[in-house]
Amino acid sequence: MEAYKRIEITVGLFVFIGLLSMGYMALKLGQIGGLGQSGYTVEAVFQDAGGMRVGGDVMLAGVVIGRVDAISLKDNEEARLILRINDGVKISTDAFASIRTKGIIGDRYVRITPGMEEDYLEEGDEIEETESAINIEDLISKYIFSGKENLNGKGQ
Amino acid sequence: MTDTTMQSRTAVFFGRQGRFFLKLLGRLGDAANLSGRSLALLSRRPWQGRHFILQLHALGVGSLVIIAITGAFTGMVLALQGYYTLAKFGSESLLGAGVALSIIRELGPVLGALMITGRAGSSITAEIGIMRVTEQVDALEMMAVNPEARIILPRIVATTLAAPLLVAMFDIIGIGAGYIIGVELLGVNPGAFIAEMISTITMTDIYSGWTKSVVFGFMIGVICTYIGYRATPTTEGVGRATTQAVVVASVGVLVMDYIISSFYL
Repeated sequence: MEAYKRIEITVGLFVFIGLLSMGYMALKLGQIGGLGQSGYTVEAVFQDAGGMRVGGDVMLAGVVIGRVDAISLKDNEEARLILRINDGVKISTDAFASIRTKGIIGDRYVRITPGMEEDYLEEGDEIEETESAINIEDLISKYIFSGKENLNGKGQ
Repeated sequence: MTDTTMQSRTAVFFGRQGRFFLKLLGRLGDAANLSGRSLALLSRRPWQGRHFILQLHALGVGSLVIIAITGAFTGMVLALQGYYTLAKFGSESLLGAGVALSIIRELGPVLGALMITGRAGSSITAEIGIMRVTEQVDALEMMAVNPEARIILPRIVATTLAAPLLVAMFDIIGIGAGYIIGVELLGVNPGAFIAEMISTITMTDIYSGWTKSVVFGFMIGVICTYIGYRATPTTEGVGRATTQAVVVASVGVLVMDYIISSFYL
């Protein structure tokens, strides 16, 4: 019976450490914030959401304040992003949203620039002013194209 | 004349295929039947609580050391290999994300399951097979003890419960070892390592790892108990059954891994 007691204790310890590891992963790495989702969602419509992914960061002044919840097509011509903003973060109604890139080839993120208004966005509101992703490929091709034109101009 | 022999030869060929296939189906059905019947006993009281604990100790706690060692070295080699690949693109800061993602999504569940198969699965099959040889299973039946409830069920439950716990420990140990190699030895920025890891990994990645480990644990339990239970009760029979159980369970884990991964992507 003594030996069985010891086995019971080691099994208990084993299960405890295992559950602790699972919990650590979920809380620390998965960032599960209790059950259900916290924060509120706002909408932003962009001309071009190229490179944006679900789960991408939403930043204000360089601080992560939320994540991109969903990306869908609006009226077959624009991209609608649903942004989940953390509780306690207030965004003024005339805030400006733009899609930027971390570094040159880094991840895309949504940058929110606060406006002047005293009113703040609430659940389901839309950020009116947006600026689309700067497409590096377009810029490069434009640069090359204009360079060629110049060359041609000189040639003539 | 030659025509008929040709025909009969094809007939023999396809006949053999058919017999093999039917035998395979029969064994699959038998396995499903046996484990299904055993699992149905889960609802029957009194519970064999003591046997669950004993099996969890033998299969779970017993596999701890080998899981820790394989986890540590997996994380270490991932950090080492990942570093030299990432350094070529100047993105060493992604090392943490790479190590953690590959361990949590793939290597933890798969290598963990393979280790559990080798350590615990083979011992399950050998143990049950030897019980067959020494007629202990029949003895249990004589004593009106249901061998399915006493032998099979606790082992399937134990592997199903132990696998996710062991895999979680494998993940944490692997990531920790990767951190030590990446940060202390190779000089990756510790802040970048942790921050990239946390921002890259989502709950979906972790759920996929958990789903895999539970499914693998259940599979290992079912396959190893079944093959042991139906082993030919001879010395060679038990040996063959043990080899077969390890092979079938390992291949099954890899096949199932692909299937579950394709569902989660």
